[in-house]
Amino acid sequence: MVRYDKKSVITLSVNGALQDVVVRPSDLLLDVLREQLALTGAKPGCKNGDCGACTVMVDGWPIKACLMLAVEAEGHEILTVEGLGGATAVQTAFVVANAFQCGYCTSGFLMVCQALLTQHPQMPEEHVVEEWLQANLCRCTSYQEIRNAVMLMYEAQS
Amino acid sequence: MIPFEFTYCRPDSLQEAAQAYEQLQREGKSTLYYGGGSEIITMCRGGSLQPGAVIDLKAIPECTQFHLDEEHLHIGAACTLNQIKESKVFPLLGLACGRIADHTNQCRITLGGNLCGTILYRETSLPLLLSDAMVTLMGPKGERRLSFKRVFLGSMQLHDGEWIVAVHIPRWALSAKYAHIKHTTNEKIDYPLVSVAALWKGDHLRAAFSGVVSYPLHSEAIDAVLNDHAIPCQTRAEQVIRLLPEAPQQDVEGSRAYRSFLLTNTLTTLLEEWEHGSI
Repeated sequence: MVRYDKKSVITLSVNGALQDVVVRPSDLLLDVLREQLALTGAKPGCKNGDCGACTVMVDGWPIKACLMLAVEAEGHEILTVEGLGGATAVQTAFVVANAFQCGYCTSGFLMVCQALLTQHPQMPEEHVVEEWLQANLCRCTSYQEIRNAVMLMYEAQS
Repeated sequence: MIPFEFTYCRPDSLQEAAQAYEQLQREGKSTLYYGGGSEIITMCRGGSLQPGAVIDLKAIPECTQFHLDEEHLHIGAACTLNQIKESKVFPLLGLACGRIADHTNQCRITLGGNLCGTILYRETSLPLLLSDAMVTLMGPKGERRLSFKRVFLGSMQLHDGEWIVAVHIPRWALSAKYAHIKHTTNEKIDYPLVSVAALWKGDHLRAAFSGVVSYPLHSEAIDAVLNDHAIPCQTRAEQVIRLLPEAPQQDVEGSRAYRSFLLTNTLTTLLEEWEHGSI
């Protein structure tokens, strides 16, 4: 059994590399990624699991990093927007489709779309795309452009 | 950031979890079982909850099981709503899971967390109330298995230190006719004004509701009225309102009168579709 009572060193697998971090059991994954690993792509928005700006992937699924303890992430594969590298199909599609305005929500949307592509390598039905995207908010309301980017992402794959 | 510390335990077996609970009690720590953590983290950050320790159940195989045998579908309490939905094995439960929170949160929220949380709607309870489901509970005093509806009386009636290990759904329910209707005030992702789950055992309709009164409700008296084909559909639906054990809820989401109207209309439509053979 694992037990943590106070600040401890744990090892996280982030973007394919093992990283030692010092965490309290109550530290959130979002804060540890940003403050200890300088991975500031995951954004603090509502910090309440509503906006999706802090979305990362854990074992291939989208997760809101504000609602996960860092200690829970031990033994799991974490992928942040930095781990995408810059030239993936989803990132290219967002640029081509102008799927952002201020950009604050973009990294969260990118990770949801990357997870969608991971779980559904073929273009899923419309309602599935809608369901996945509904987990994130864009205050600039670039929703139509984001939908277009998802289409382009899948077109690039085919 | 959660502005205080707590102890985090992640046991690998049911026995370890029970022992961890007893140990933490001896240490004087208020202890919570932890599934997906969405509600616990939110409440801790907001200051309405300050546990001394949490016991994460996700490394216990019995709590993450998902398998079908000759008699039952067994779903561990630490299975996520998304896992249940994507499996498509119990469609009615899948629909209920798919209308709780958003998709990303469904990848974290667990069945046990939804059933034991403080949010009163507990919509995953509806298919379990209708399907003769059993539930396995574990605690420092050992394991017990009993009918879900015996232990879920609007909320889980657990002994001190107990948690849900798994639910067991009989096979008939997996292939039974079903319907799921959820009405919210504005957005698709929201708490229910009225949520209706329906499951037919043979030709007998069972219906359960969330959002209508202050707890998830299944009533055999209501089922009896719904199945009385001698009465017109709308009259049956109106009689259901009179059979509710308390007045419909009234809050910022919707007034008492509006909830009554919505439930009556929803049930009328459901009954008409059933009678016309479109369900």
